[in-house]
Amino acid sequence: MTYAFSPTVLDVLCPMHLTLDAGGVITHVGPTTQKLRPDLTLVGREFLETFQVMRPRGITTLDQLWETRHIKLHLEMKGNPPARLKGILVTDSTGAAIVNLSFGISILDGVRDYALTNADFAATDLAIEMLYLVEAKSAAMEASRKLNLRLQGAKIAAEEQAFTDTLTGLKNRRELDQVLERLLAANVRFAVMHIDLDYFKAVNDSLGHAAGDHVLRVVAKAMIEETRATDTVARVGGDEFTVILPEVGEIDVLERIGRRIIDRIKVPIPFNGHQCEISASIGTVWIQNSKSATRETVMEDADIALYASKNEGRARQTFYSPELRKTANNAAPIKGRGGIKSQA
Amino acid sequence: MHGLINHSFQSFMRDSYGERAWLEVAARAGITPPSFEAMLSYDDAITPAVLNAMALVLRRSSDEVMEDIGTYLVTHPNTEAVRRLLRFGGMNFEDFLYSLDDLPDRARMAVSDLRLPAIELHSHEAGRYSLICESPIAGFGHLMMGVLRVMADDYGTLAVLDLEQSETGRETVQIQLIETDYSNGRVFDLGARAS
Repeated sequence: MTYAFSPTVLDVLCPMHLTLDAGGVITHVGPTTQKLRPDLTLVGREFLETFQVMRPRGITTLDQLWETRHIKLHLEMKGNPPARLKGILVTDSTGAAIVNLSFGISILDGVRDYALTNADFAATDLAIEMLYLVEAKSAAMEASRKLNLRLQGAKIAAEEQAFTDTLTGLKNRRELDQVLERLLAANVRFAVMHIDLDYFKAVNDSLGHAAGDHVLRVVAKAMIEETRATDTVARVGGDEFTVILPEVGEIDVLERIGRRIIDRIKVPIPFNGHQCEISASIGTVWIQNSKSATRETVMEDADIALYASKNEGRARQTFYSPELRKTANNAAPIKGRGGIKSQA
Repeated sequence: MHGLINHSFQSFMRDSYGERAWLEVAARAGITPPSFEAMLSYDDAITPAVLNAMALVLRRSSDEVMEDIGTYLVTHPNTEAVRRLLRFGGMNFEDFLYSLDDLPDRARMAVSDLRLPAIELHSHEAGRYSLICESPIAGFGHLMMGVLRVMADDYGTLAVLDLEQSETGRETVQIQLIETDYSNGRVFDLGARAS
């Protein structure tokens, strides 16, 4: 069965083709092939001088080229810019050949480098659909990327605005400040305990952060259990905690709660075969008339009382009084023993 | 409704009338926060509420607003991607018209959960076409009128457009091609990188 088609038929069906005679000389080029080298007369040139066969490798003679029939060829059209093309070669009974070409995956560069239009592709070619998809998908991806960035920003903002310490589940400093402001504004009696863990750094340094985190969670649980439901327990630093106790009528209440916290935290905490021994120092401010107090002065007073507890040997509670300010100024730095015992 | 559609309404208001006009629309339509994400989905009732609010704020009929949105989508630099993607549909205006049949499928290929209203092109003799729009949003035919007017210009084609509304709410754009080589139209560079 033979078909007699004029070259113009091939121009329509595969506009990026060329035909060769039995001697490997180009006899006709499709309109899109010509667009790759608009200023060059391709007809009459030898195929192997115009194209380099990249794959299969080592094709330099006509006989070798003819052997590549029906195999996918990776070609590079010589000249500027070099065009990387896919191709397939078929021969007929007279020894003449047709080589059909395509851009393959470099289609995007192809249409840009050679200013190709829809008309340069066969009607059945999916190149235009491919370009459409690349462009549509890129636009959609870009929109998704922007959404992700906004969501990421919103997540960070939400985390910053959250009132919970993620490690311990206690309240954080933001929540603490708000509760404190509320109580000060209401001008009611309340107390603030500033609690600092003793020897915590030794646990962290010798057993690692996992141990430290574990200790913090155990301590947090103890503080919740030893305070009243109406109290606010917050983690305000690495191993620093603050408890706000509203409606405290007697100092005994504070002494009892402070004692319970100190006793609980003294209990060694097992972790991976080690006993983490820490304790708690507490500085407490009891505010009975908050008219002149501000958040800053309250926290500062609690700090001074805490410093006194540390200075006097730790694991104790000190109530703030103005006299403490004097001793705080000339106290010596605190030294202490480490808090790890091996269970060996 | 897909966020892309709501977001394009929002962009239309902002780009054409400014941020304050959009905020007024959002407030009237009860959109909080006053912004749509293009890649999320929203309740179907929101889109008509936004359209009504735009008509109120702009003191125009919602049909006119929809036609303006159509024009905006294919002319404004911020939505150049829409024009480009439509131009992939064909080499001339008639090709482009036929490609509208595939538009919902093409849209779904790009964004899998984007459902565009069904549109169907019928061709009659002597360069007459009718585009039947079946949409949950009233006025979608008007939006397509805006799009088609600009795209005809884009292809350099002179065409007369008319909208018919059936009693069931089906909108049909009647298209009469006068001259397909009326002007040079706008260049479409296949290989241009979308910005």
